[in-house]
Amino acid sequence: MAKRVVITGMGVISPIGSDVPTFWNNVITGQSGIGPVTRFDTSDYPTKIAGEVNDFDPANYMDKKEARRMDRFVQFAVAASKDALTHADLEDLSSLDPNRVGVYIGSGIGGISTLEEEHRKLLEKGPRRVSPFFIPMMIPNMAAGQVSIFLGAKGPNSAAISACATGTNAVGDATKILERGEADVMIAGGTEATITPMAFAGFCSAKAMSTHNDEPQKASRPFDKERDGFVMGEGAGILILETLDHALSRGAKIYAEVVGYGMTGDAHHLTAPAPEGEGAGRAMKSALASAGLSPEDIGYINAHGTSTDLNDKFETMAIKSIFGDHAYQLAISSTKSMHGHMLGATGGIEAIITALALKEGILPPTINYEHPDPECDLDYIANESRKVQVRAALSNSLGFGGHNATLALKAYEES
Amino acid sequence: MADTLSRVQRIIVDRLGVDAAEVTLEASITEDLGGDSLDSMDLILELEDEFSIEISDADAEKIKTVGDIVTYINSHS
Repeated sequence: MAKRVVITGMGVISPIGSDVPTFWNNVITGQSGIGPVTRFDTSDYPTKIAGEVNDFDPANYMDKKEARRMDRFVQFAVAASKDALTHADLEDLSSLDPNRVGVYIGSGIGGISTLEEEHRKLLEKGPRRVSPFFIPMMIPNMAAGQVSIFLGAKGPNSAAISACATGTNAVGDATKILERGEADVMIAGGTEATITPMAFAGFCSAKAMSTHNDEPQKASRPFDKERDGFVMGEGAGILILETLDHALSRGAKIYAEVVGYGMTGDAHHLTAPAPEGEGAGRAMKSALASAGLSPEDIGYINAHGTSTDLNDKFETMAIKSIFGDHAYQLAISSTKSMHGHMLGATGGIEAIITALALKEGILPPTINYEHPDPECDLDYIANESRKVQVRAALSNSLGFGGHNATLALKAYEES
Repeated sequence: MADTLSRVQRIIVDRLGVDAAEVTLEASITEDLGGDSLDSMDLILELEDEFSIEISDADAEKIKTVGDIVTYINSHS
């Protein structure tokens, strides 16, 4: 029989706070972390705003030599993983069998700033000048690799790479490893650092990002009629997942239980979601089925809600198709309105938010919701958080390539 | 000579995260200063930039200690 899996710790690096209490307070009070891009000159870019993490100092987590060998997305993952272990009262792994502690951390894109820098060297100075650290710094699995090296976690180790569904896939896949009894503890989630000239240019060319440059904090407006694209964020969201038996045996604080996971493929288009959110709907249905929950059990959905025209419309249709009349009873929000779209990290961050919503009995808002869209007519928790204790919730992540992933979380109950 | 050593020391301190006092002429890059094979390659690239020289792979393989680096640079720049 599958083992029960619970969330016992979390670590965040985000545009709205890089410790859990600050982050959560900003989430429930509706703070935006979006501002003008400071990392490079955006004069020639149609989009000039993002959710930057500007208070991150790798020296707080690692020595200079270690930091130099890591791309920013790996630094974020190591930092958030260390914080998550501390949050779970597992300062280091010395009290555990390292062979039973695994890592499952993904990134949608990987070390693109390293790639840009080394490619510049290749063009300007030739192939001999490319750093020997280029490949090990760039490859997207290196977050999982470095976290295991840094923490001594010798159990199952892998990385999900499914664009914007990455973080959710990582948490779901790690849960399955625990359910099968292959580890006691998994450090799982997503990380991303793509506020770079090249990544920005690519997303701009795809016309995927908002150009509401004059009011950055109002640019990410999921489900609002005036939405015009996503706003990029960066950071990492890492969870400590544990079998219930293991968590109880060490008296761990339990935030929520991971009860279901569904994933599907659209088989439709590179970037556009399948019409009517058909694939997203099947992912939600599959998550409910694996959790043994009926649609009426769900009180909250942390939506993918990117603030793009098609995503928000189709995700709304998908929710209606799976939940029927109950779609109008449950509460939905897109916290990307505050932390931006953190791409591969976003599923980790949003799983954390969903778990805290269940633990604290507070549902976070969708900020910047001003103009109702007749095609998005559900309850999006407009602008203000809501004190409601729900029993179970979903967190959706949908990625380029047609990856759809949904987690089902439940407030922890003993039986 | 002293100038070359101090410039080499600065680079090694930065790249390998060691104290300047450890970077003596006798110190081995891999055995005393904690560098691995990737660090050694990285160091060679940095030295080439700093001293505007080119160190062939064959020569790079012979460089084991800080003293080897200083000697090489002083005879090639």
